[in-house]
Amino acid sequence: MAHQQPKLDLSPKVSDEVKKTTCYMCACRCGINVHLKDGKVAYIEGNRDHPVNQGVLCAKGSAGIMQVNAPSRLRAPLKRVGERGSGEFEEISWDEALDIAAGWLKPIRDEDPSKLAFFTGRDQSQSFTSMWAQSFGTPNYAAHGGFCSVNMAAAGIYTMGGAFWEFGQPDWDRTKLFMLFGVAEDHDSNPIKMGIGKIKAKGAKVIGVNPIRTGYNAVADEWVGITPGTDGLFILALIHELFKSGKIDLDYLAHYTNASVLVNEADGPEKGLFLRTTDGAPMVIDRKSGEAKPWDCPGIEPHLGGTLTVDGVTHRTVFQMMLEEFLDPKNAAEAVEGKVGIPAARIKAIAAELARVAFEEEFELPTPWTDFRGRKHKTMKGRPVSMHAMRGISAHANGFQTCRALHTLQIILGTVEVPGGFRFKPPYPKPSEAHPKPHCKVTPGAPLDGPHLGFTHGPDDLCLKDDGTPARIDKAFTWENPMSSHGMMHMVISNAHAGDPYKIDTLFMYMANMSWNSTMNTRGVIDMLTDKDDNGDYVIPRIIYSDAYSSEMVAYADLILPDTTYLERHDCISLLDRPICEADAAADAIRWPVIEPDRDVKGFQSMLCELGAKLDLPGFVNEDGSQKYADYGDYITNHIRRPGVGPLAGWRGNGDGQGRGEANPEQLQRYIDNGGFWIKHIPEGSNYYKPWNPDYQDWAVETGLYDKPQHYLFQLYVEPMRKFQLAAEGVGDRQPPDHLRERIKNTLTPLPIWYDPSVDNRGDEFTVTALTQRPMAMYHSWGSQNAWLRQIHGQNPLFVPTKIWEENGFAEGDWAKVSSPHGDITVPVAHMAALNENTVWTWNAIGKRKGAWALKPDAPEATKGFLLNHLIHELLPPKGDGLRWANSDPVTGQAAWFDLKVRVEKAKAPNEAQPAFPSIKSPVGTGPDELRVKTDQDA
Amino acid sequence: MTQLPSQTEKKLGLVIDLDTCVGCHACVVSCKGWNTENYGAPLSDQDPYGADPSGTFLNRVHSYEITPSEGAAQLIHFPKSCLHCEDAPCVTVCPTGASYKRLEDGIVLVNESSCIGCGLCAWACPYGAREMDQAEGVMKKCTLCVDRIYNENLPEEDRVPACVRTCPAGARHFGDLGDETSDVSKLVAERGGMDLMPEQGTKPVNKYLPPRPKDETFDVLAPFLEPVAAEPKGFLGWLDKTLERL
Repeated sequence: MAHQQPKLDLSPKVSDEVKKTTCYMCACRCGINVHLKDGKVAYIEGNRDHPVNQGVLCAKGSAGIMQVNAPSRLRAPLKRVGERGSGEFEEISWDEALDIAAGWLKPIRDEDPSKLAFFTGRDQSQSFTSMWAQSFGTPNYAAHGGFCSVNMAAAGIYTMGGAFWEFGQPDWDRTKLFMLFGVAEDHDSNPIKMGIGKIKAKGAKVIGVNPIRTGYNAVADEWVGITPGTDGLFILALIHELFKSGKIDLDYLAHYTNASVLVNEADGPEKGLFLRTTDGAPMVIDRKSGEAKPWDCPGIEPHLGGTLTVDGVTHRTVFQMMLEEFLDPKNAAEAVEGKVGIPAARIKAIAAELARVAFEEEFELPTPWTDFRGRKHKTMKGRPVSMHAMRGISAHANGFQTCRALHTLQIILGTVEVPGGFRFKPPYPKPSEAHPKPHCKVTPGAPLDGPHLGFTHGPDDLCLKDDGTPARIDKAFTWENPMSSHGMMHMVISNAHAGDPYKIDTLFMYMANMSWNSTMNTRGVIDMLTDKDDNGDYVIPRIIYSDAYSSEMVAYADLILPDTTYLERHDCISLLDRPICEADAAADAIRWPVIEPDRDVKGFQSMLCELGAKLDLPGFVNEDGSQKYADYGDYITNHIRRPGVGPLAGWRGNGDGQGRGEANPEQLQRYIDNGGFWIKHIPEGSNYYKPWNPDYQDWAVETGLYDKPQHYLFQLYVEPMRKFQLAAEGVGDRQPPDHLRERIKNTLTPLPIWYDPSVDNRGDEFTVTALTQRPMAMYHSWGSQNAWLRQIHGQNPLFVPTKIWEENGFAEGDWAKVSSPHGDITVPVAHMAALNENTVWTWNAIGKRKGAWALKPDAPEATKGFLLNHLIHELLPPKGDGLRWANSDPVTGQAAWFDLKVRVEKAKAPNEAQPAFPSIKSPVGTGPDELRVKTDQDA
Repeated sequence: MTQLPSQTEKKLGLVIDLDTCVGCHACVVSCKGWNTENYGAPLSDQDPYGADPSGTFLNRVHSYEITPSEGAAQLIHFPKSCLHCEDAPCVTVCPTGASYKRLEDGIVLVNESSCIGCGLCAWACPYGAREMDQAEGVMKKCTLCVDRIYNENLPEEDRVPACVRTCPAGARHFGDLGDETSDVSKLVAERGGMDLMPEQGTKPVNKYLPPRPKDETFDVLAPFLEPVAAEPKGFLGWLDKTLERL
């Protein structure tokens, strides 16, 4: 047949209209263009103008259309009519649903607001939900940070006023060496991929430190397949080698960190505390005059090396304490190589490469600036080394100190907030003192005395009742974990069930799949949720749950308040919360209803506006008692947090206000007209050295980020930790219980250290570490029922390294029994060579329960998919002392997911992955047998 | 059975960088979305919520492990779609003329109205780059987004294939590989771009940029850092001397 070709229409209509909003297929908040035909979603692509993703979009984002059409969407409020866990519900009206909720909550508020535990999971509206909880008066509020990555966030804020991801980013345009630790292929999703692509195109090097070589680590130029849980030791070895060779930035340390601050050396109640002026300012020695001066005194040259005797008490600098700690031979490459699983020569080579790039590739931007002490700089010095890390290093019981060590490494190289290094994004940098302290004072019928979550600076800030018992149900901010800045969501159900520290009445949760993948000890938690007391009443009396989808948690609630999908709602990605800023700009964004729900559902936050009014919560009612905010969009527009500052920073007042100004009724429309976001750039000269740059500080105040300039020093030595240690040594009135004294002394050291979490997890008997990673094309439970994404990740074998594969004689198609001190599972295995030899891993949250997510009961997620959660207990194995020791970091309480130690042995293939759970009855049925989706065809 | 044009005016195609592809599947799903809604019949999915979900995808990412004789194993992510071959066996095998290669740009397409769903082209393609849509009974394949790249309803910067527009790592490039001066041709020349399975004689237009050598960043023979002191006291002496020089 001769060549012939039909005439094609090469310019078909793409859509009727494009609406620009913010993605919510994961937590990264990219801008999206939603193409609509006949009012239906036809196609979703990235928004080119958006600061986060600049047009690109990941697999999850592009699959959003299947989430919006998902058969698992809940359709109406549900009231439980069978036993908990049976999935027997009846649909009710919103009026009835909110009457039930108010009927439960009103008496609690009047008598004892702490009987409500309100935890909001992967909530992006925490500045709103926390206000609601504060207004209700319960101390029991947090989102999911405690079981996610609080170690990273808190260590960053205590050390340098910010951490990674939302807090900051590498200087992608200038960095030449990028070191990535333990990133599970998301957080930050698109920006990290864009950045890696960009720097590789310029010939920069990427070092990936991760036991698993997938994703970002697969494209890293250098892979360091570290033993899990030893990142801190590896980093301390790098610090040791750099100190030993003098490859540290002395000028930077002296001027911008507390390395020059003087510390009391005398035994007694002040030991280890800073020498302060009568006004409380930490003091340094001025090298020029030799005199002690406040740290921020203009014109001084802070000295790293001196000592000072005041009233017979010797003080020496933090820097000298660092020398002692970091030069200790225990941190030498040769001393740690066995534990970390990296040869000493390689550790030294990496240290040498860090030093070479930081100091020999030093460069200057021709931008003059003057620092807060009045020192004039003709240029901005750059050091092109940057780093990024997330949960991989933080979800360990030594994670806080490991994250501290990583920040210390960046700081001694002089690479933070400098050109080529790691840069903060507004509203960061922000020192820990500029954050609230936690509050827990409960008054019946009245709001809590302040924000729930914050940063403790010593024993006085702990959330303890007068009798010394924990004020919060999750025991956050107690001696067990004094610096638990994000709360401890993973302990709520366990503690509520145990009545430890007290019993609650109502558990109210949002977007948290606590009876499945979002909890440790899944089987145990299911039992706790359904357990009854001797009277036949549920031990946790009432459970309210809000979710957009038929997740595993739905069956365990008494009242379901169905949420919308992300294209049907208002949201604000707020500067008061977790905004979308870039290192060179402040920015925030909205979601808005680009389609209307076709179900009887309400956005969770809009529902809270209504419920808050029903409960007469201050801030949610007008003076005449009527409902204050019609819905969340109304709140976003009209709520005033501080004078002139509200949830959104753009187009305030008459529309010209940027950051500050009165509420503007046109504000949401202005955001919509601008593509769903607002951005204000930081002027050149203000955009580096931010903590010490008065021009930036003035810009931040003008933009409403805070109300007065707040210069500060990086805290290599965290004095609040020393205060907790002092209490453990017996100083002060507020004293820890005796069984915690040694642990506090050993783990709350003011300089970063490493300790081995495997000891508490019986690592001598269970010698293999088991990890999870989140795939790039799937996020938590949200994505797993997505018809397109589940064709990419519908199963999750246990990936086994060559050594364990051969030891067990595994072959393709085999199954293994995996045991931990807590339990065992039987699961399919697959071989993977690019893996640390003592590590096994699987994809997170692919395993589903039969009956959930509108999947058919024989879906592979339910028959072959599995959770490692069954092997992880919220408590450590019993130590024989009768105490409940949380499987958490002793500093922050972060869930130690990645301390899981296991044994792997070949097993006979069962019919399905074990443990198998009975099917739960679906409130939404199951999905269709075939999809042929095209808007103009099914119209 | 169907003739190929003797030559085409352009050779439009993709250049895929295996050095930066992180295997995120963004291209896979963006392609699925665009081509479900646009060119021809929607890409269907069978048993989408059941035991064996299987749908039509025009682009898939495969991952391969490479274990060198020395050094650590590596993982390579390998996106694969139609390579728009110059000597496309899928076209010549077509009994109805439904498969064809466009004269103006070399894109290989299927005219769905004359496709009888016989599947011969899929057998003939050595790359496995064609998929039969089970609902529609027609052959589906990468169109290089022929309905985007010339589409006057799209802003000019968006007139690229959906997979290229969305790729977060910037690992996908689109252009005329017949023009030696094009950006894609230069990239191929600079990076040693390769044909997939050249021995098949299909002369694929798409090119792959090989991964750069890994785990060789650090010269193991390079000198380590020179110590200035082994213990704090000695270090302070060094510090004093250094600070004097600052």
